[in-house]
Amino acid sequence: MKKEALIPEIAVITDIRIDTPDVRTFRVVTPDGKKPFEHIPGQCAMLSIPGVGEALFSITSSPTNTEYMEFSIKKCGCVTNFLHAVEPGQYVTVRGPYGNGFPVDTAFRNKDMLFIAGGIGLAPLRSVINYCRHHRKDYGKIDIVYGSRSMQDLVDYKEIIDEWCHEDGIHVHLTIDREQPEWKGHVGFVPNFVKELQFDTNKTAVLCGPPIMIKFTLAGLQELGFKKYQIYTTLEMKMKCGIGKCGRCNLGDKFICKDGPVFRFDQLEELPDEY
Amino acid sequence: MQKMMQDRARELLSSGKVDRVLGWIEGDFVYDVTPHVFRENDIDQLIYHSFASQNLSKYLVGETKKDGVIAVFLRPCDSYSFVQLLKEHRFDREKVYAIAIPCLGKVDAEDLRAMGIRGITGVTDGKERIILHTLYGDVEKEKSEVIAERCRKCRGVHAPYFDERLGEELTKEPLTDRFEMVEKLEKMTAEERFAFWQDELSRCIRCNACRNVCPACTCEKCVFDNAASGIENKAPASSFEEQNFHIIRAFHVAGRCTDCGQCSRVCPQGIPLHLLNRKFIKDINSCYGEYRAGADLEEKAPLNRFDVDDCEPGDVVGKGE
Amino acid sequence: MKKIQLSLLPKLLSAIAAKKALYLPVDGKAGADYKRYEEGDTLSRACRTNRSAKDFFFPQVEDMAAFRVEGKKIEIIDTRKENEDFVIFGVRACDVRSFDILDRVFLADPVDTFYENRRQHATVVSLACDAPEETCFCRQFDILAEDPAGDVAAWIVGDEMYFKAKTEKGKKLLSSLDVLLADGDSAPVEKEKKHLEAIQHKLPISEFNKEHFKPEDLMEHFNDPAWAELSEACLGCGTCTFVCPTCQCFDIRDFKTNDGVLRYRCWDSCMYSDFTKMAAENPRHTQLERFRQRFMHKLVYYPANNDGIYGCVGCGRCLAKCPISMNIVKVVKKIGGKKA
Repeated sequence: MKKEALIPEIAVITDIRIDTPDVRTFRVVTPDGKKPFEHIPGQCAMLSIPGVGEALFSITSSPTNTEYMEFSIKKCGCVTNFLHAVEPGQYVTVRGPYGNGFPVDTAFRNKDMLFIAGGIGLAPLRSVINYCRHHRKDYGKIDIVYGSRSMQDLVDYKEIIDEWCHEDGIHVHLTIDREQPEWKGHVGFVPNFVKELQFDTNKTAVLCGPPIMIKFTLAGLQELGFKKYQIYTTLEMKMKCGIGKCGRCNLGDKFICKDGPVFRFDQLEELPDEY
Repeated sequence: MQKMMQDRARELLSSGKVDRVLGWIEGDFVYDVTPHVFRENDIDQLIYHSFASQNLSKYLVGETKKDGVIAVFLRPCDSYSFVQLLKEHRFDREKVYAIAIPCLGKVDAEDLRAMGIRGITGVTDGKERIILHTLYGDVEKEKSEVIAERCRKCRGVHAPYFDERLGEELTKEPLTDRFEMVEKLEKMTAEERFAFWQDELSRCIRCNACRNVCPACTCEKCVFDNAASGIENKAPASSFEEQNFHIIRAFHVAGRCTDCGQCSRVCPQGIPLHLLNRKFIKDINSCYGEYRAGADLEEKAPLNRFDVDDCEPGDVVGKGE
Repeated sequence: MKKIQLSLLPKLLSAIAAKKALYLPVDGKAGADYKRYEEGDTLSRACRTNRSAKDFFFPQVEDMAAFRVEGKKIEIIDTRKENEDFVIFGVRACDVRSFDILDRVFLADPVDTFYENRRQHATVVSLACDAPEETCFCRQFDILAEDPAGDVAAWIVGDEMYFKAKTEKGKKLLSSLDVLLADGDSAPVEKEKKHLEAIQHKLPISEFNKEHFKPEDLMEHFNDPAWAELSEACLGCGTCTFVCPTCQCFDIRDFKTNDGVLRYRCWDSCMYSDFTKMAAENPRHTQLERFRQRFMHKLVYYPANNDGIYGCVGCGRCLAKCPISMNIVKVVKKIGGKKA
């Protein structure tokens, strides 16, 4: 019988990195040690633990990584609670990739990029940021604004400090919500920080974070003169099938799992506000 | 009666005594009735006839969370649900103006269809007789021939906790003994009874209509919808699970079920769910003395109190027969 | 065109059942429903079954895969099996159309192999409607109840039943029954069709402005204030979605068995409060939004993605089954009627 899209493949967690008190990054390969499948930055995959459940996660690693896939996962529900308790060597099931992904080879090409993330919202952006770093000459200047509740809640802090901050043409702007003694950087919420930074309006912006951050950052960018068609985001909705059939992530005439999760804000304007 | 209700509702609205009126509105067909919240502008569309079948009291749970006072029309069966909900503190009594209205028994379009009465376009209600106007001519019937099962056992008496009565109280003798079928089931062997319920419950599609319409089912989060409960399910994984849903539901409403019969009315698969509840009612009556949920606001329910001389249910009905 | 005396229909049914699994609507305790044919079963003449015929291709519950879990290790077991060939006999035009609507979802790339497998093994024998209910409105969706689609179409005219093969599958079925069937003249069927069409035109649900639901007016319909009133009495049960022949939302769940885990899918309903609930948020907070979703999907979203075809076949089941009698006809009249 031909391959069924809803039946997953087996994969193994080979490494678990503790990023923050409630975020861990899981490295996943097939049982024979290969990357499960190819993907585009911004696409997602279904991970499951049989008996616990199946859930959709954005693929955090860049497609340019040929050895494995990574998922940064925040502990917040049934499947994620279980994943946070497992050790390397744990089998999971995986299927995908799902969704449209970011237009890295079309609309983003040769553009100055502005990535804005809050909290776990960095997870889907890390894939596209690392993709742009890998194909550095295809993109203009890169600005990354990243904020979290506290220093300890910044995901991928080590990679940001050790790698991103030292590369030419990449500017990283970190912020945390409240003062901390050991923190020398900016303090304040992401939307205000973005306004303070007074970015050039010729950039292409990508937003990801909690709904409240998205709402105010979008307004802030528009105040700076950004147009909605310059701003992208990636949506999160409950999904079960991943292939536009189960009906759960239906938003207007779109299915987030198939037609999204990446949308431009001018596209979202045409859709019901149910996300 | 309909005219009287419209007039009274209009009075209550214009005097400012109430802000909204909960009643029934007709759709494309005379039997296509929907509960509706009326205001002054649409109160002349309020209807009341043999097809106004839905009970309204459960809507008060949501409606009294809004501002203002709402008037509600309570048929006798609904008046018991009203009191039971009140007893369980499910709505704010201060925000409700309850009007008791008489009921001559309701008629379900699906039952009529099964009797071969189709294409119904109108109805003329009488006390004893009903005339159904259809595309194929009028059909006149004795009320007792056509009224719904849930109405056949009704005595027409209201639970006495309303604010006013509209129309007269129409007391009547029940047309059937409501425990007749329960007794039949009790007399069956365990195998026969199992086969009976297997046949009925296997038709269930787990649409939750019985639960959602039930005035005793007002949990904010039903155990079957709660992922954390460990028994959450949307569909039966086995035929046993299907029975599980209905049996747990029957247990949960035991002693609180007012026997309004809405569960069986709404079942799209025609499962006689009320029989499960009636078995509990019958057992409670025989173990602890006659009790009617929703009849009294103060009285403690038999399953909520303990007396030293309470019987052991096992002694009365036998164990695992 | 082939025909058979109605009195010989039982013989024909047994002949089909001897070769393939046969399902047909049979009158039961609480109305007609499809069941597997057993000797002695008679075809129901009811115009509508309680449950729709979607069950044949998209059952309420079906296993998807099994898992064996041992410590950290997991093994996947493909539990799919090739379906048996089967015949559904006596499907009405509305339900036949619903298969097309479901096809566009389940057979779209990537194909749902569970659905596809059943679809490939099925032969659909449809039956023209001679006694529609007043709640029927399939004609509003350009479905001809007197001339149903399917692999074989059938008509009952007087004491005879006529058959016309419409597909290769249908021809095969009829030729396999050749000994029982006589050649029939198409004239009586054509005459019957005219008669049945005339009945259709008398049905009460006629002023039905579905054309006003256009994909380009998506946001206008979405923001219509009338949704509040239409949804106010909705109980939030799933009756309308489960009896609907075109509702196809599903959930995927795991069930722990003695020796592993069974992954199954089951019908789900956009009317349920947990349908879109995530760990932290629910984008559809109230019943208004859930109610609106169901009708917007059928009348605007589905047509937008499927060449303007509406996701309703006018079978009337939701009209007959909704506990509070709220249904698509009322929605179309209220919201579609405004621009008339």
